[in-house]
Amino acid sequence: MTEIGLGHYLTLGAVIFSIGIIGIFLNRKNIIVILMSIELILLAVNINLVAFSIFLGDLAGQVFTLFILTVAAAEAAIGLAIIVVYYRNSGTIRVEEIDKLKG
Amino acid sequence: MIAHSIFFYTFSIIAVISAIMVTVSKNTVHSVFFLILDFISISCLFIMIGAEFLGMIMLIVYVGAVAVLFLFVVMMLNVAQQKNQWFASEESSKHIPVGLIISTIIFFELIIVIGGWKYKPDLFNLNNAVNNYSVSNTHSLGQVLYTDYVHVFQISGMILLVAMIGAIVLTFRQRKGVKTQSYLKQISRERSEGVQVLDVETNKGVKIDD
Repeated sequence: MTEIGLGHYLTLGAVIFSIGIIGIFLNRKNIIVILMSIELILLAVNINLVAFSIFLGDLAGQVFTLFILTVAAAEAAIGLAIIVVYYRNSGTIRVEEIDKLKG
Repeated sequence: MIAHSIFFYTFSIIAVISAIMVTVSKNTVHSVFFLILDFISISCLFIMIGAEFLGMIMLIVYVGAVAVLFLFVVMMLNVAQQKNQWFASEESSKHIPVGLIISTIIFFELIIVIGGWKYKPDLFNLNNAVNNYSVSNTHSLGQVLYTDYVHVFQISGMILLVAMIGAIVLTFRQRKGVKTQSYLKQISRERSEGVQVLDVETNKGVKIDD
């Protein structure tokens, strides 16, 4: 309880990952919150990588966290650009009303 | 060690609660703010366990750039005013139990994996293990990043460039009816299009309006 080890950080990562997945399913409002849930999932992965990197003494985990950060930033920028274009064309970003592909 | 556990539990409880609030809150602006709080507390955790560089980078990149981008888009799209209830329709409430089931299954799978985790005894004798604490975290990260991972580093730079160009191309819009300079038209203009040489007879003048 008092000794904080690797398992505590991994549990925190698991909790945040699960909350992100709940957020994708639960949120039927708009796409922006779904993008934020994806950011939460990436954050959970980052927690896992940094915890392993620190507790095992290997620096590769932090390097890969850096790359995940880069990809997450690029993904957020592209996703928000797509949302802006979609809103400009159709006037809504509600998840239920985005059904042009009839999927 | 007791301080470590106190800080860990404080920051992780804040992170989990704000992560829940991101998904649950009705107003999109509030969920962006809770996302910022989540990133700040996780970066505090990173700084606390010794990954200072990543904690600072996470503050700069996420809180400084990505969250502000989210706020900007929320402000631009006027979705904060949409006072939508959660369980808007019959169709949407069908997804919620499925999502809860899937995420609890994933959570318990992860917990099972974490609970069964054992160190291999030779795991600590890795090649690039960093055991000397005389160099700082940033220094050692730079030593690895610019030597072993330099190609991946270049590729991540390319990814950022492609993302930037893609975002600009996606959101660029040419409006009709706005007078702008077209440099291509100006440069590619020839003399024969603009100037006409006429023989002007005396006392007759030139008819221009032909």
